Amino acid sequence: MLGRTANDLYWLARYVERAENMARLTEVGYRIVLLPRDGDGTHEEWRSTLASAGCAQGYFAKHEQLTTRDVINYLLFDFSNPSSVKSCLAAARRNGRAQRTSLTRDMWESLNSAWMEFSNINPSSVTAGELPRILDWVRSRSALYRGALLNTILRNDTFYFSQLGTFLERADNTARILDVKYYVLLPQIEMVGGGVDNVQWGAILRSVSAHRSYRWVYKQNYRPWKIAEYLILNQAMPRSLRSCYDEINISLTDIAELYGAKPACHETASSTRRLLARGNIDNIFQSGLHEFIEDFIVRNNRLGNEVAEAYHFTG
Amino acid sequence: MNGTGNGVRAPYHAVSEWLGTQPLDGLKQKLLEAETMFRRTGITFAVYGSEEAAERLIPFDIIPRIISAEEWRRLTAGIEQRVRALNAFMYDIYHRQEILKAGKVPEELVIANSAFVPEMMGVEPPLGIYSHIIGIDIVRTSENDFFVLEDNTRTPSGVSYMLENRETMMHMFPDLFAKNRVAPVEDYPENLLKTLESVAPRGLDREPTIALLTPGQYNSAYFEHSFLADQMGVELVEGHDLTVIDGSLQMKTTQGPRQIDVLYRRIDDDFLDPLVFRADSVLGVPGLFDLYRSGRVTIVNAPGGGIADDKAIYSYIPEIIKFYTGRAPILQNVPTYNCRRPDDLKYVLEHLSELVVKEVHGSGGYGMLVGPTASGAEIEAFRRKLEANASNYIAQPTLALSTCPTLVEAGVAPRHLDLRPFVLFGDEVRLTAGGLTRVALRAGSLVVNSSQGGGTKDTWVLQD
Repeated sequence: MLGRTANDLYWLARYVERAENMARLTEVGYRIVLLPRDGDGTHEEWRSTLASAGCAQGYFAKHEQLTTRDVINYLLFDFSNPSSVKSCLAAARRNGRAQRTSLTRDMWESLNSAWMEFSNINPSSVTAGELPRILDWVRSRSALYRGALLNTILRNDTFYFSQLGTFLERADNTARILDVKYYVLLPQIEMVGGGVDNVQWGAILRSVSAHRSYRWVYKQNYRPWKIAEYLILNQAMPRSLRSCYDEINISLTDIAELYGAKPACHETASSTRRLLARGNIDNIFQSGLHEFIEDFIVRNNRLGNEVAEAYHFTG
Repeated sequence: MNGTGNGVRAPYHAVSEWLGTQPLDGLKQKLLEAETMFRRTGITFAVYGSEEAAERLIPFDIIPRIISAEEWRRLTAGIEQRVRALNAFMYDIYHRQEILKAGKVPEELVIANSAFVPEMMGVEPPLGIYSHIIGIDIVRTSENDFFVLEDNTRTPSGVSYMLENRETMMHMFPDLFAKNRVAPVEDYPENLLKTLESVAPRGLDREPTIALLTPGQYNSAYFEHSFLADQMGVELVEGHDLTVIDGSLQMKTTQGPRQIDVLYRRIDDDFLDPLVFRADSVLGVPGLFDLYRSGRVTIVNAPGGGIADDKAIYSYIPEIIKFYTGRAPILQNVPTYNCRRPDDLKYVLEHLSELVVKEVHGSGGYGMLVGPTASGAEIEAFRRKLEANASNYIAQPTLALSTCPTLVEAGVAPRHLDLRPFVLFGDEVRLTAGGLTRVALRAGSLVVNSSQGGGTKDTWVLQD
């Protein structure tokens, strides 16, 4: 496979995953903004949503104030925001188009029609009432693409590099959500916590579609440490860091088997996986949740760079 | 269907009957379905200089164009003769130049031609073939008259539309195929692969590795490039994926460099190698031409093949066929006035309103005058261009092109069309039964180019 092809497939998967994540984050932000609350902090939740999305700097370069319409516009439709849903879908389609030969017809059609339908939406015509429908649509298109990929793509390097892209991006997203929200997970805050914290915790779980499964797994109400444990260390939770690294390691093992070689990135991935597999949430909190997550994001980025280098993504 | 004005020709009987039973609304509905299929699969035509929003579909018509088995046999013989003669001409031009010495083709027309590549002199391509993939544009003017309008010996495109048009038709009208014995076209990619393999560098002790070189996804024919690479199961590469290492062409893969033996290039000569041709080109590969000259890689089609499809050479093709095959051409040329000849120029200037005038190096329907439909001002403007640079133009009489029923807004109506069959030339000549039919969508128009709003149709060659 061409190095350029591997690069495009990897980033195609990342962009599809990122589009979905943008929709998830927007939905959580929007739900919280809708909640009744004291004082005038109505739109402050958008600040942390933008931060989770890695979009705060770009937003404030363009807008002075936080308004629901501006934030939604920036997260969903703004082409000048490289992580907006629109930018992600356009980039995914561009990569898919460049690699038409590697994609199955089902994959290409879902990608192509997602882009065409989304680009036909006129942002100024999107009312608050329509927003949930659009966000559902984004998530469902991402799921459709991923379903087409899982159902139709050959189980060779086209698949493995796509998987790597998906799970590196997903791990990054989950880590970012935790990083921005870590203050609501701190024990001190739990002590003073009231209704708002419960809502925040619920929002964190909801952003990864885990607010129901949490109860099945833990048989108790939201507890911050448990939530952190669930998203970082739980092997069964498909958006947890641990679960993402299990998948990353499976894909890398498959590539090593196919190519008969094991470059350095394999060790980076398996050491991160070991860290998560042996991890203990009490220890993580004691040595600092924020530091742990920061370190994870750096490791995850480094793995991305090492994979790109090992497999000649840039030729 | 009734180009001679005598009603429906025999090959069309079954389709004509079927058409008679179809309500117009139903046909229009089918057309919408077809467009949705094309749009969803992304069979679009990229418009130069624009982002993805400006891709558009080539209009598709759901009424097939039909050629009888007998007609096809004659076309086949004529096409094969032409392809062999064109290649013999190219070999001669880049070697002994006997046809020039014999005075059959004016020397300066070849040597001073911008499509002539002096660097190709003395190069020995495998099997002596220059143009392996050729599209020949043919028009029909009456029941028994086919004329060759143009030979495309460089990088002819459109074959993906031939294949996708058929796919779409079979999907939408399975009954029609059950009633008509239509020759299949889907063997084209396999035949293309066989052809490419057959011209691999000599002395290779393994299966040749083949790649298709594209300028990239913003090229108007990118869909076709990716489609063909996919159908053949070969890598679709861009110039920056390739590099010359130790006397071989290598592509940069996830596992390091891998050697390429046959490069089916879909970029023009000028861009192949910045060390030999355009220095500012980034589409090609530095050092590629040297490898090609030394026989370490095969470039398909060979550089310099444009000399055979130059419009100034076109009028000599009947001579060329006779010179190399010793026989009269089976397919006729359209009578052509070469404006570089004073007599021809005089005639052309006096009859501008009756003629089609084309730039020698133009393509895609640009830079041409269609006399009978042009305004007085357009004719005068063209007259000035001709007087300023006569040798840049040729002129041809407008032909009474055949028509085929076509679905338009008002219903089913006759529209002019042409045909581009695709022929492959390697260890043997492989011709797919069919081709790309292009149809002028405006009433009376003779311009069928997709860049000028023409559409396409499925092309049926009936079997006995």
